[in-house]
Amino acid sequence: MSGRDVVLNSIRRSLGTTGVEAPRRTAVEQRLARHPRGIVPQRGNEPKKRIALFRDMLAEAHGTLEELASPENVPAAVAAYLRSKNLPMSIRRGADPRLESIPWNKERTLEVSVGRSDGNQPAAVSHAFGAVAETGTLVLVSGPDNPTTLNFLPEHHIVVVNAKDIAGNYETVWDALRKKFGARLPRTVNWITGPSRSADIEQVHLHGAHGPKGLHVLVVGNF
Amino acid sequence: MTLQVTSPQFKTNAGAALKDAQLQRALGKVEAGFIGRRRDVAGKLPEFEALRDAARDIKDHTLAHLDLYLEAYERRVTKLGGKVHWAATAEDARNIVLGICKRLNAKIVTKGKSMIAEEIGLNDHLAEHGIAPVETDLGEYIIQIRHEMPSHIIAPAIHLNKDQIEADFRRVHKGLPASRNLEEPASLMAEARTVLREKFLAADVGITGANFLIAETGTSVIVTNEGNGDLTQTLPRAHIVLASIEKVVPTLEDASTLLRVLARSATGQEMSVYTTFSTGPRRAGDPDGPEEYHVVILDNGRSAMLGGKLREMLRCIRCGACMNHCPVYGAVGGHAYGWVYPGPMGAVLTPALVGIDKAGHLPNASTFCGRCEEVCPVRIPLPKLMRHWREREFERHLSPATVRWGLGFWAAFARRPWLYRPATRLAMKMLALFGGSRGRIHWLPLAGGWTRHRDFPVPERDTFQAQWKQRAANKAKLAARGEAEGAA
Repeated sequence: MSGRDVVLNSIRRSLGTTGVEAPRRTAVEQRLARHPRGIVPQRGNEPKKRIALFRDMLAEAHGTLEELASPENVPAAVAAYLRSKNLPMSIRRGADPRLESIPWNKERTLEVSVGRSDGNQPAAVSHAFGAVAETGTLVLVSGPDNPTTLNFLPEHHIVVVNAKDIAGNYETVWDALRKKFGARLPRTVNWITGPSRSADIEQVHLHGAHGPKGLHVLVVGNF
Repeated sequence: MTLQVTSPQFKTNAGAALKDAQLQRALGKVEAGFIGRRRDVAGKLPEFEALRDAARDIKDHTLAHLDLYLEAYERRVTKLGGKVHWAATAEDARNIVLGICKRLNAKIVTKGKSMIAEEIGLNDHLAEHGIAPVETDLGEYIIQIRHEMPSHIIAPAIHLNKDQIEADFRRVHKGLPASRNLEEPASLMAEARTVLREKFLAADVGITGANFLIAETGTSVIVTNEGNGDLTQTLPRAHIVLASIEKVVPTLEDASTLLRVLARSATGQEMSVYTTFSTGPRRAGDPDGPEEYHVVILDNGRSAMLGGKLREMLRCIRCGACMNHCPVYGAVGGHAYGWVYPGPMGAVLTPALVGIDKAGHLPNASTFCGRCEEVCPVRIPLPKLMRHWREREFERHLSPATVRWGLGFWAAFARRPWLYRPATRLAMKMLALFGGSRGRIHWLPLAGGWTRHRDFPVPERDTFQAQWKQRAANKAKLAARGEAEGAA
């Protein structure tokens, strides 16, 4: 008997089922197809307060945030952040069309390269799929234009997110992902809530355990 | 397998832990660190208690349909190019992982934090076959270089202080200047970051655990604060997920509900820093990510728990809140429990996985104060399940003779009220004599186990039954007086 049969048979013996009972199968199929929402916290429900909530929750997780009127302001904001951290004027980014259309040459001293990270880039810029105000969480998805390594290897991570993509709760973002990608989720969906941290040594909280030491969010446009 | 179960020596372990001044200092920080933060963050979310009910219900529903959800999960993983492996035993799981590593000719394997890997003794197995496993969670890395087991399921090195860690780093990180400053946690962490970054980039295979598997999408979920799990699974050629059968949940919405109670219960965070949903291997055009994606689904005794009184234990999402709030864990720490899972959840799970004959002390190491059940995000009735083990132990005649004799002696009285009442009254009078006017007893025959460490209080007034009788009599008297006044 295969390991699969041993495990499944043992589960069925314990549950007292055969695995073919129609009501059980229907219950499972319907739950998977309808994916009903559970309890969704109210706190993210007020659209007017959503960006403020996102900023507050992100701050609690030690991330920083700046609001920009338009994508044209992104290069200056990136350059200012790099200067404030004493970092070289250099970023790595993905080929995401929303990042492609940003006028990077407005910052003449800023060196912009495109592609994945191999650990040698001090700062990366990503574009988020969306964000969740409920806990100050960014949602990033992998794909040809969005290398996952940019989220973790550089010491500083700057993430651009459109104000209208900041949702009140996780469920709204799942629905948006289903709308865009159907039943096939992107290979990696990263929820990121603040910079990397650890409290494994004497419960002292420190940033930059393995991932970025700094997380800076640029919210673009109006809600 | 070199993983030793020292649970049978719980009493000796606990005695040593209580005398370990360094450990006691470290344990003092558990309460300060975790309990207040959990309380604050739960208090900020009005829906928290309702979410705990919902989390419990999701787990109960999934467990009742576990075979079907696992099949649905497997279908999705396979469809998206991943491979699911089924392991009935720890040995099966070790061999599956070793087989994948050997086929890929792996030399270095990085590991995200996984309690399942600890449970199956994976590191030793890989090392015995010439493959170097490297733990990458900072706490796990520290205990790996010390050849220890985790003392806490989410804070594995919580029993250590920075001086001990500094000594270990100086011993293990050869080739670095001896004059370097490693006094502060920050400099220790920076050194670990540098050392482990090289390992991440050199690894051939990355192994992580899974907080959840999602049947709807064929997705595995890991939750970390450091980002080590992500580097572990993104950089090498293959990603192996180790998960036990009860990790599956139906949908993305269900996973979201559980995530809302997980971090809050575990570390008192609104949400952990990195929650990562992984679905299959690298896709066409992807610039990074693993070329192979494997999931090893481990049973190792869990399917048997599903049929008995321990099913509720399978709701556990490994947050650690029960141990953070446990006065026994707080006094003796995690290593005393003698195996992978400490605290109240370990006291229930360990006997199921290694046998009550070996782990009988663990469910007895509880005052049944109930704090664990009060904070459990999926409302596992941990004291009830510990009591279940005590009953099983008694039934199987595994309890020590003194316990059996004592219980038998007490039962002989308890079954005979005409004997019990006068005997307890007599006992109380005797205790009062012993205590004299001090109100405390320093020494008592047959109770040395208690009085060696603390005084025994002198019972106040009379037995409960006598007081209850008196109360009823007083009430009747009052009622009679009331009636009499009413009549007048």
